[in-house]
Amino acid sequence: MWAYLVRRIVYAVPILIGVNLLTFLLFFVVNTPDDIARMQLGVKRVTPEAIDNWKRARGYHLPRFFNAREEGAGKLTETIFFRKSARMFAFDFGASDDGRDIAREIGQRMGPSLAIAVPTFVLGLFVAISFSLLLVFFRATRLDVVGVVLCVAMMSISSLFYIIFGQWLVAKVWQLVPISGYVAGLESWPFLVLPVAIGVFAGLGASARWYRTLFLEEIGRDYVRTARAKGVSEPVVLFRHVLKNAMIPILTGVVVVIPLLFMGSLLIESFFGIPGLGSYTIEAIQAQDFAVVRSMVFIGSLLYIVGLVLTDISYTMVDPRVRLE
Amino acid sequence: MRRNSPLWLLSSCLLAASLAGCGKVWNDPYPGERADAPVLYSAFVNRPKHLDPVQSYSENEATFTYQIYEPPLQYHYLKRPYELEPGAAAEMPRVRLIDAEGRSLPDDAPAEAIAATEYTIRIREGMRFQPHPAFVGGLAMPDDPRTIADFGRNGSREVIADDFVYQIKRLAHPQLHSPILELIAGYLPGLRDLHRQLRDVAVPAGGWLDLREYPLEGVEVVDRYTYRIRLAGTYPQFLYWLAMPFFAAVPWEAERFYAREGMAERNFTLDWWPVGSGPYMLVANDPNSRMELAANPNYRDDRYPCVGEAGDRDAGLLEDCGRRLPLIERVVFARERESIPYWNKFLQGYYDASGISSDNFDQAVQTVGDGDVRITDEMQAKGIELVTSVAPTVMYMGFNMLDPVIGGNGEPARKLRLAISIALDQEEFISIFRNGRGVAAMHPLPPGLFGHRGGEAGINPHVYDWKDGRPVRKSVDEARRLLAEAGYPEGRDAKTGAPLVIYLDTTGTGLGGKAEVDWLTKQFRKIDVQLVVRATDYNRFQDKIRSGNAQIFYWGWNADYPDPENFFFLLHGAQGKVASQGENAANYRNAEFDRLFERMKAMRDGPERQRIIDRMIAILQHDAPWNWGFYEVVYSLQHAWIENRKPGKIVRNTLKYQDIDGALRAQRRGEWNRPVTWPLAVGTLLLVALVVPGWRQYRRRERSTALSAEAG
Amino acid sequence: MSAFQPVVLWTDMALFALLACAVMAGIVQRGDTLRRAAWKRVLGRPSATISLVLLAFYLAVGVLDSLHFRRALPPAADGGVHYAAKVESVLDRLLAPLHERAEKTYSSPLASHAFVKDNIERDGGVVGRDYPRLAFGGAHLGDAAAGRAGDIAWRLGVGAAAGLVLALALGVAVRRLWSGAANRDKEGAGSAARAGWWTFVALAAVVGAVAMLASGYHVFGTDKVGQDVLYLTLKSVRTALIIGALTTVVTLPIAVALGITAGYLGGWVDDLIQYLYTVINSIPGVLLIAAAVLMMQVVIETHPDWFATAAERADARLLALCVILGMTSWTGLCRLLRAETLKLRELEYVQAARAFGVGTALILRRHVLPNLMHIVLIALVMDFSALVLAEAVLSYVGIGVDPSTISFGTMINAARMELARDPAVWWSLAAAFVVMFALVLAANLLADAVREAFDPRAA
Repeated sequence: MWAYLVRRIVYAVPILIGVNLLTFLLFFVVNTPDDIARMQLGVKRVTPEAIDNWKRARGYHLPRFFNAREEGAGKLTETIFFRKSARMFAFDFGASDDGRDIAREIGQRMGPSLAIAVPTFVLGLFVAISFSLLLVFFRATRLDVVGVVLCVAMMSISSLFYIIFGQWLVAKVWQLVPISGYVAGLESWPFLVLPVAIGVFAGLGASARWYRTLFLEEIGRDYVRTARAKGVSEPVVLFRHVLKNAMIPILTGVVVVIPLLFMGSLLIESFFGIPGLGSYTIEAIQAQDFAVVRSMVFIGSLLYIVGLVLTDISYTMVDPRVRLE
Repeated sequence: MRRNSPLWLLSSCLLAASLAGCGKVWNDPYPGERADAPVLYSAFVNRPKHLDPVQSYSENEATFTYQIYEPPLQYHYLKRPYELEPGAAAEMPRVRLIDAEGRSLPDDAPAEAIAATEYTIRIREGMRFQPHPAFVGGLAMPDDPRTIADFGRNGSREVIADDFVYQIKRLAHPQLHSPILELIAGYLPGLRDLHRQLRDVAVPAGGWLDLREYPLEGVEVVDRYTYRIRLAGTYPQFLYWLAMPFFAAVPWEAERFYAREGMAERNFTLDWWPVGSGPYMLVANDPNSRMELAANPNYRDDRYPCVGEAGDRDAGLLEDCGRRLPLIERVVFARERESIPYWNKFLQGYYDASGISSDNFDQAVQTVGDGDVRITDEMQAKGIELVTSVAPTVMYMGFNMLDPVIGGNGEPARKLRLAISIALDQEEFISIFRNGRGVAAMHPLPPGLFGHRGGEAGINPHVYDWKDGRPVRKSVDEARRLLAEAGYPEGRDAKTGAPLVIYLDTTGTGLGGKAEVDWLTKQFRKIDVQLVVRATDYNRFQDKIRSGNAQIFYWGWNADYPDPENFFFLLHGAQGKVASQGENAANYRNAEFDRLFERMKAMRDGPERQRIIDRMIAILQHDAPWNWGFYEVVYSLQHAWIENRKPGKIVRNTLKYQDIDGALRAQRRGEWNRPVTWPLAVGTLLLVALVVPGWRQYRRRERSTALSAEAG
Repeated sequence: MSAFQPVVLWTDMALFALLACAVMAGIVQRGDTLRRAAWKRVLGRPSATISLVLLAFYLAVGVLDSLHFRRALPPAADGGVHYAAKVESVLDRLLAPLHERAEKTYSSPLASHAFVKDNIERDGGVVGRDYPRLAFGGAHLGDAAAGRAGDIAWRLGVGAAAGLVLALALGVAVRRLWSGAANRDKEGAGSAARAGWWTFVALAAVVGAVAMLASGYHVFGTDKVGQDVLYLTLKSVRTALIIGALTTVVTLPIAVALGITAGYLGGWVDDLIQYLYTVINSIPGVLLIAAAVLMMQVVIETHPDWFATAAERADARLLALCVILGMTSWTGLCRLLRAETLKLRELEYVQAARAFGVGTALILRRHVLPNLMHIVLIALVMDFSALVLAEAVLSYVGIGVDPSTISFGTMINAARMELARDPAVWWSLAAAFVVMFALVLAANLLADAVREAFDPRAA
């Protein structure tokens, strides 16, 4: 167990280096430092000299990977890659291309992002599992058929549609909540109700259907039949046996969903004007702010690795047959 | 059913809550703020990149910088055509023309004789900077400050001539990259020397570059309230620059303050927390959600104008004559990236003014009679008013003059360009994609500027005919004839028979997507020319333009100042994009035009200047380096409670003149935002209706399995 | 000197290759009685046959839209033949009346007048403001558009009837030809075959009615620039099929091979594969896709000579998008398979097989892979719909298909603004929604049937 943990942590380093290298390559193939400078300096009256100045001020005048002019270690360290990417391992994210401190910005935006993502995630999981358990309970009845059709119907609707329609109906027509915006603190709940509800709703169909499949698979197993034969009541069968054993695929699925939450809240955040990390990312992509994208990718990867380790640990807790060696 | 089940409790709670909530607004995006306070609510789409007055150059930043900094001059709020008047200056600058021997010249001296121009600017006495901790010496750094208010103590100081000179020197600051350094250095060579000198100065860590120690050749302080700028040659447009924050007062204390350890990484920079002497100061700066301006308590005694142009009195624009500015205490800018929420919030009364996008246009505006626009009845019922104005902006389709097919000064290429110009029905474009919010352009000079001619005298005779008192686009047959003369009869190369294919380069977002592409293709098909649209990302597009690899492209220009020079220079040969990285994206070059441009530039407005401008326009219309596109007409809507708004994009320090009737706003917001609560009740009932039979079914099932288990 | 020049785009080729593979797989598996029985079970379910008929219809639309050509321009002076820069498909030709009859701007479904008021000009002067008469919608009714309701009902009836008659005639003909063969398994397919058959008949009736209506009206209305929305939705089908199907082709081999190998072999192979997918997976999907799409755009931009027409450029972008989506989305399935293999590896019969010295490849093929097939199938079909939906999101971020490609994504994206109008323009969104919904629903129902039929544990 401990050996496993240590191994995973040691593995994290090459993964992060791989991630860094990959993003660096992808973005720098697209954008030369000149492009970045032009992007930041605007369209009007930009001279080559101004671009040169800008690059020098931000260290973009260096070679990308290898600096032949420097001595010794300087050959590798006096490069854009080292200066910009290697420092992140010390959690030094530097400043964005438009001159703002990234770590600080992330700190400020984390709150709003979590305020949306955490309730959406927890509530979404809860609602989807309850809904699918309900379907399983009423399996092979008309209720089940209707429920599955409902799931499929919900799955085939674009999340954009949920957002557009939800915002239109609840905020514009019924005027129950503000259309968009965010304030810090407890007063923010009117702003959060709709985005969270939409987030939960948009993900319900796919996950409920998926869980139902998993539960049904479990329910056909011998031990469940045995349990039922022993006179264990249906809810107990469902919760104690079926739910527990279906946990493995659910857990794997959940970790895969966490980075995707990023993408989901990307849309919700920008539609609802929530100043979180999702909108930060989308703005950085649109502005091609490499410094920000790089940091977001790094943090995303880090969180993801932590998630992986946690999942593997939870495997052993739920299913003793799985061994971590 | 058991009455005390938790579900019943919950539903009754919800019902009660929905009933109790009646009468109160639920959707207020500004919780805890009074609707009747003298606060203006506005929005910003993209966060401003620069608030430092030497760097800030874009329109969305101007919304802030023009309120915070006060340059020596400003435009009269009401008068049109635009008229400069003193701002921070006590009077208009005294201009002295000097010849090569240093003698003064009369005002009407020919440009060739002028060796230098001297501007003496006397500023108002007793102006003070906004309260700011930078003016308090020896202030300790608090623990993790978030806003400028966290520093606790504020100070201030009188604005003196040195502060204006200091800011001019900042244009040469090596780390600030002022976008206008090169341009101004062209007339003020000392600036370039200073820039070179400063580049080699090593600033110690934690220290700052004290520009007071470096003299700037050509700029001097005469006395405490007077300074003098000496430009090489003549540049009458310089006065317009003096109306921009590039030339406002900036205190050196601010630079010293922000240079302290730990400031920059907490985003305390002059780029982020400006220190000015204008009517407003920035008090909250969270560019992700909200920025806030508050009235500067130290602002000079500034009064609302009492004269305007004809019609201003009837429009109620003179009612606040003589009132002390600014009129509104606070201005809140909320971040609103999407246009849909913006529009809906405006309709709910949470934004005080709004532009009109193409998608909500016919909900807001209707055209009556011949191009007359009026607000729809629906909007009128809400008391919303419509304001329109032609912006000093030109949107055009450029032909790359370096392109072998479409460019060059040869006659066939010229005819090809004209054929395309005729075939592309600009009027239809404006009507479909801009809902008529545009005026088809005849030449690059928008209306409202000196030199612009309307009516018959102003039409482009190569593309239009004057019929029945209005310009009528020449027929497609005429375009086809020109195309044939250009060597492409029926859209085929007369020699090889190959079809003529024209490439349009665009950024995917710049052109309204597929619909516009389809429309354009259709236009070209009218003359049997095959159009291929190459959409690309912004950087790639810029690259193509810079290297001259584009064929035709859309481009636009937003004027810096209301002078024909600011538009004609876009076609000046020396500004060629490929040759000199200038602003002439079409790479047009015509010797006669360039010569006339140099003359026109140095002239004062008058019949002689008009004559030259007419000649220049005739050259351009003949050569057709652009398809002239259209001048943008800006429509904006405002609620009944906002007062003193006058359109005019050149005037940018508008906030101080505006006023709010808070009581009316509070009342309207209440009326417009009654929550519709029945869906909540229905939803709750539906939930109950679903759960109860489900519960019953469950009980029955459980009983039956229990029975069957017993039986088994 | 032909009147047209066939154009085979990359995605066309890939789509046809995929179809060919599917047919080949079918022929190869004919001999496999187990598989045959499973497919028979699939076809024994009414929901499956209904979906198959629907999917076949979509596929037909997609295939018709994948047969591209360039028309010859009128002969030039020198007698040489030149072809238009525009690439059209057979579907474009079939629907030519639809997309050539463009109105000026919005009109609601089956309308005869425009949706927004405009100035009415008569004799050169503006006489008032009203909803202008459409140029094509209900044009045959004359200026006043009298009797529109009756006309619509008439067309609806006649079209549906024609569709019915055609379908029935076809059915009778097929049955007669087939009669000998059909008798063999009359028993097994009873209700399901009937359901499929009636779906076909209903579909024919709907197509007939829509075709009849479309000849006189805009069935789904028109969009902002007056394009027929029905045409747009039909064109979107191909894009959706391509994205859903081709991405799968990229995903599947990678995910299965790597997932099973990692889970079963463990050790350094597992580490390596985990490293690979952790790196890719840990980069937030949008960012990775954004970077890759932008890079691919640069490549396309810097080589304009690779593409003779705009359609080829757009197509290259579509194909690249599929590859990128495939390269970034295999990780989820791979992880799932690895986890399941990890579990399977510990099961008695696998351990027993290993103890008996059965080769790894054989164990994987015989014991592991079949036990994973249901997961693969379900995940794939879920992916299909997810991919079709993801395309819309990517278009919103600005990294989706080429702006000139008609897709559900670009349609929904445009419709987003339309709903904010008052009164709302709902029809593009509704049309895209309905057509897309039917596609995904059919795919899902089929997947369900396939899962139940193929799951070794369910049998």
